[in-house]
Amino acid sequence: MKLQTQWAALGFGLLTLSLAGTVAAQQVKVGNLTGDAAAGKKEYRRYCIGCHGPNGDGTGENAQWIDPKPRDFVAASFKCRSTPTGTLPTSTDLFNAMTRGFVNTNMPSWLPLPAQTRANLVAYIETFSPRWKTQGSGTPITIPAEPAADIQSILRGRATFQKLECWKCHGTTGHGDGPSASTLTDSKDNPIRPFNFSVATRFKCGATNADLYRIFMTGVDGTPMPSFADQLQPNEAWDLVHFLRTLEPLETPEAGIWNAWLPAHEKELQPLGEQGQ
Amino acid sequence: MRSTHLATLTITALAGSALLALAATRPPAAGTISGTVTFTGTPPKMKPIDMAKEPSCAKQHATPVMTENVVTGPNNSVQWAVVYVESAEAGGAAATEAARYDQKGCQYIPHVAVLQVNQPLDIYNDDQTSHNIHPLATVNPEWNKSQPPGAPPIHATYAKPEFIPVKCNVHPWMHGYFVVLNTSHYAVTGEDGAFSLKGLPPGKYTVTAWHEKFGKQSQEVTVGTGETPPVKFVFKALPY
Repeated sequence: MKLQTQWAALGFGLLTLSLAGTVAAQQVKVGNLTGDAAAGKKEYRRYCIGCHGPNGDGTGENAQWIDPKPRDFVAASFKCRSTPTGTLPTSTDLFNAMTRGFVNTNMPSWLPLPAQTRANLVAYIETFSPRWKTQGSGTPITIPAEPAADIQSILRGRATFQKLECWKCHGTTGHGDGPSASTLTDSKDNPIRPFNFSVATRFKCGATNADLYRIFMTGVDGTPMPSFADQLQPNEAWDLVHFLRTLEPLETPEAGIWNAWLPAHEKELQPLGEQGQ
Repeated sequence: MRSTHLATLTITALAGSALLALAATRPPAAGTISGTVTFTGTPPKMKPIDMAKEPSCAKQHATPVMTENVVTGPNNSVQWAVVYVESAEAGGAAATEAARYDQKGCQYIPHVAVLQVNQPLDIYNDDQTSHNIHPLATVNPEWNKSQPPGAPPIHATYAKPEFIPVKCNVHPWMHGYFVVLNTSHYAVTGEDGAFSLKGLPPGKYTVTAWHEKFGKQSQEVTVGTGETPPVKFVFKALPY
């Protein structure tokens, strides 16, 4: 190659590199994968933009027709986190939320997309708010090993459910019909309903006992569901998880223990709710 | 001796009266911007709050409390307006003493709490019922924490100036504000709608009055060495 062409090629190469640098030169780690924001931007425009909008603030053209509204990535207040309330989730939290989808909403499970695509999307989503750079993700909470469920654990959890006044929103039988339920609004003033345990649906942020633990120990940001991390010790939190499982019409170990115990002991139970105060 | 005593007494008297005269003619405290926040028109009527869903709070009030989004006083004064000096960087002393916010009788006291950036804030639950404290920040991080009766105070700080609505999801009538400013020159109007910002060095200032329903108004005020004329903020009120 002539010298001029060589220099031209070098200059062109440098130009390309610097241009690539201006388009979200950001990478995030999700497990073994490295997501790339520039690649994620293209995929966002195909899969996400209709609801989440070109600016990532949840005002895509579909948003007006759906309820709950799509996540606003600019406000960056996320429901499903492993990190404390008021902090950003980890990249893995976002990846898991995208993969799982959100039951009872218009956010589908994106499991059919290759994992690398999902990782790229996570990287791009993290460019919408400056807080990813200024504050970074929160520190995930520690979830200690779950103790075995037994009737004592369930009864302690029941007492916690009463004391922390969960029934005010979730109702005394977990039907989501507590005294405050009808007036609940999310952080953008849209009406929102508390979780109804009696319909056997998956929780917003997963289906396991650990997912349930994480929900009330990190709060569901952007909704009325607060964090109880300051009020519960880990063993108390596991007791509450065991009790909550008895509210669901599912054949869980906890429900089995509860249903076996109940017929002989029902009369001993203190009522829940206002009568129990 | 008598003449010396007389001389001393006279000099003292003269000096004393000179000082008195000086004090009488010295201008009032320079470096203060004061005034009032009032409204014209008809403001919306405040409504009584029905706390029947929370008997432990309802019984704390002999007569129902009223909503607080527009609280007015005599002479069309506006209460709960925050008047402050706009400044690009922090003005005045940094605040180290914690501000305090109470949940009492299912109300937020004070209705509007003003903080400086990074000033500690202590939030107390004085009631027999659980509250959740949910400041709806958009510039600062939004968090939501439960606070049962007897729980220790919740500590918070905010790093950026913002007007943050605060609500309790369990008790939907509870509304308040955290106003985070980057200056120590601020005041919250009481029932008389009056404010006074002290200790301002001479210069030109942009003074802003903010009210949760009426919005913001700003005026340019020059502080000289003499008394600054009173600053009047007048909001237009509509009955809805």
